[in-house]
Amino acid sequence: MSGADILFYMLAAMILGSGILSVTTRHIFRAAIFLLFSLIGVAGMYFWMQYEFIAAVQIVVYVGGITVLIIFSIFLTQQAGEKLPEQKMGRQLFAALAAFCGFAFIMLQILRHSFIGTTKTTAEPSVVNIGNQMLGVEQGGYALPFEVVSILLLAALIGCIVIAVRNKTQTT
Amino acid sequence: MMQPGLYHILFISAALFFIGVFGFFTRRNLITMLMSVELILNSVNLNFIAFNKYLWADKLDGLFFTIFVIAIAAAEAAIAIAIIINLSRNFQSIDVEKTDEMKF
Amino acid sequence: MPNPTYIILILLLPLASFLLMGLFGRSYIKNASGLISTAMLFVATCLAFYVAYGYFFEYGNVNGVYQKLIPFKYTWLEFSKGVSIDMGILLDPITAMMLVVVTLISLMVHIYSLGYMKGEERFATYYSFLGLFTFSMLGLVIASNIFQIYIFWELVGVSSFLLIGYYFEKPSAVAACKKAFIVTRFADLGFLIGILILSFYAGTLDFNTLIQRLTSPESMEFKTAVASSFLGISALTWGMVLVFVGGAGKSAMFPLHIWLPDAMEGPTPVSALIHAATMVVAGVFLVARLFPVFALSTPDALHIVAYVGATSALIAAIIACTQTDIKRVLAFSTMSQIGFMMFALGVSKYGGEEGLGYTASMFHLFTHALFKALLFLGAGAVIHFVHSNDMNDMGGLRKHLPITHATFLIACLAISGVPPFAGFFSKEEILLAAFQHNPTIYWIALLTSGLTAFYMFRLYFSIFWNKEYHPHGEHHGEGGFAMMMPLVLLAVGAAAAGFIPFGKFVSSDGKALISEFHLQFSIAPVALGLVGILTALLLYKKQNSKPDTIASSLNALYKAAYHKFYIDELYLFITKKILFNLVGRPAAWFDKNVVDGMVNATGNSTQTISEKIKGFQSGKVQEYAIYFLAGATALAVCGIYLWK
Repeated sequence: MSGADILFYMLAAMILGSGILSVTTRHIFRAAIFLLFSLIGVAGMYFWMQYEFIAAVQIVVYVGGITVLIIFSIFLTQQAGEKLPEQKMGRQLFAALAAFCGFAFIMLQILRHSFIGTTKTTAEPSVVNIGNQMLGVEQGGYALPFEVVSILLLAALIGCIVIAVRNKTQTT
Repeated sequence: MMQPGLYHILFISAALFFIGVFGFFTRRNLITMLMSVELILNSVNLNFIAFNKYLWADKLDGLFFTIFVIAIAAAEAAIAIAIIINLSRNFQSIDVEKTDEMKF
Repeated sequence: MPNPTYIILILLLPLASFLLMGLFGRSYIKNASGLISTAMLFVATCLAFYVAYGYFFEYGNVNGVYQKLIPFKYTWLEFSKGVSIDMGILLDPITAMMLVVVTLISLMVHIYSLGYMKGEERFATYYSFLGLFTFSMLGLVIASNIFQIYIFWELVGVSSFLLIGYYFEKPSAVAACKKAFIVTRFADLGFLIGILILSFYAGTLDFNTLIQRLTSPESMEFKTAVASSFLGISALTWGMVLVFVGGAGKSAMFPLHIWLPDAMEGPTPVSALIHAATMVVAGVFLVARLFPVFALSTPDALHIVAYVGATSALIAAIIACTQTDIKRVLAFSTMSQIGFMMFALGVSKYGGEEGLGYTASMFHLFTHALFKALLFLGAGAVIHFVHSNDMNDMGGLRKHLPITHATFLIACLAISGVPPFAGFFSKEEILLAAFQHNPTIYWIALLTSGLTAFYMFRLYFSIFWNKEYHPHGEHHGEGGFAMMMPLVLLAVGAAAAGFIPFGKFVSSDGKALISEFHLQFSIAPVALGLVGILTALLLYKKQNSKPDTIASSLNALYKAAYHKFYIDELYLFITKKILFNLVGRPAAWFDKNVVDGMVNATGNSTQTISEKIKGFQSGKVQEYAIYFLAGATALAVCGIYLWK
């Protein structure tokens, strides 16, 4: 077993372990921290697959952005030390069963299917290539989705402001 | 153990997905539900990257999808948190069981 | 060839007027709306005269025969090869004549209404309706396709409905417009079936082709149409009779005439335009348009036309003698005169000297439009002055309304057939045609023409002579220049139109028809007309009790005629007592219990079920998510295992 393999299994354990803890722990702040580790694990997995750019984006956006946002909202909405309310046992059992069955079903499909990889020359996922294709307007270029997403982000920005402002005028 | 490859990553991604689904069903707090959604999105991203690397290495399309998913997830998280904060001001709670005014 | 742009423009100007007044009239150009409409129609009238002049004197006549020209044709809706609805222009003598008549009378009515309708709340709406009517009527006369004529036929019906119901605050006007619409619609059903039969057998909707196919005995279409029969009558005859039913409905022929007297609820200028001069002659026009088929292929149908026309003429004349509402007298007179036109067509044959009836009918249509519009507009002026429709409220108006009096007298003389006024010439031709072909109808017509003179002068003397008029309340003059000018112009027309050598231009086969004037033949009708006038003079010039005495001596007949021979009551009996009870009630029961029952059952069961399943809408997001996941999983399973 090579070092890379060991690294892989460690990352896998980190992702799944902290993922499970994140959805089961009854301290909301801990849940956020476990989520953080899980996301870092995913970023590590991207590194392991040598997609450094995506790994960097993952760390910047998820770890640096979304998780921080979540932690802030936890502070804003409730007491950090409070324990989360217990979900009904029946619901928990049902959810566990559903999740397991779904997982088994998916895995069955994956294992029964034989994936065939391409034999063409590998495209280097370097920042130059990504940048060129991202803003390319020729066949296979992603300039248009890029613009659409930018508009979506703008809309989300305005939407957040609108929600916040309306709330203030309502409460006063 | 085998050499880790596509199947292993698909296993991780599927497991992460259903961890997220489990969390989404069992959590009663909106913020933790949002976390579960983030897990689900991450599992999808992982999937995209894995397929890109192992099956269509000559293209970068999976990578772009991942980038767009991340961008949209960021927007979604921002909106969701705005809504959650608004909700907590109006209901003094972000428990989904208590905010069931939209029923019949 | 003529320039189709002008003809299309004649149509589009009233349409533009309708749209302009309808859309902007009430808010922006309220007071100017009448003037704008009138100006647009004036241009259309000039164009119509130009087109008619061009047709009759320049390009229409080729080697002594007036051609049927199609200067414009656009295939609008093609059902199958050869069977298509076209929007086209068919220019022949009667079209050219009708273009002139319709635009001229419409222009007169537009001008007249400037005075008559002044100060009305919905002035602009009125003008927009007039524009719509004029457009539809012009479309009807230029139609080159039998379905096109049907489309405009219905449009004419709608605009007539709108104009009769113009005073919709009055319940009687509402009832009248509904009645007119329903009766004519009922007749139009016959027309539609007739169109379908004809087009089915002829394999075309185009007038020229249809006429050509159905009149040549060796054509395939003609043979099948004659060979197939229903109830012992050939399909072709059925088709033509049904088409005539449509025409009879529009032209108020017995027994579908019941709507016309009630239609007088509309404004008087509207009665002049629609219910005297243009729309009601649409039926005559339709028969004339299909005249070759009637005359050459289905003489039986033509006999029906003749007898229906003659019956209507006589009955309407008798009823007109007893009515006291002046507009109703004129309405029945219209019906009677249209009866004249109808039976003139009915006794006519196709081509040459034998086609005198056709020419006479069209001639009478032309002159009648002029003098009947004049009569109605004159009656409008009287009503405007007296504020009443009832003859008993009038009398001695000749000093108060000198111009109206003079023009009304000219019109009465014209309709009574006194030489040298217009009605004399056309009526003489009709009588001559009837005399040559059908003696029974000739005697009916002679009697009717005597009655015509009597009732018209009864009207005239009752309005302008009889007792002295004592103006009460506010006294205003005769009506402005706008109202008097059309009267004078139409009076000139009514006096002089008879000298037009009509047979030269309009005849059944397009060749010039020189009508001879038989002095000895004219003696009888003219004498009878004078007798009628003298009788009226004796009875009604001075107020006396003689009319009442005569009326009471003819007790039953008078009463029957006064009540229009109880035809309205008969209709009511049939519809209310028989149709409603035997058909309406069971249908209502079926509707209430079976149809509604099914609908209610659907609603109730939906409600019960939804009551049971509304728990699914718990408002809890996670439950929704579970349903969603279950659905997605089910779809995935289906997709994976069942798709293959």
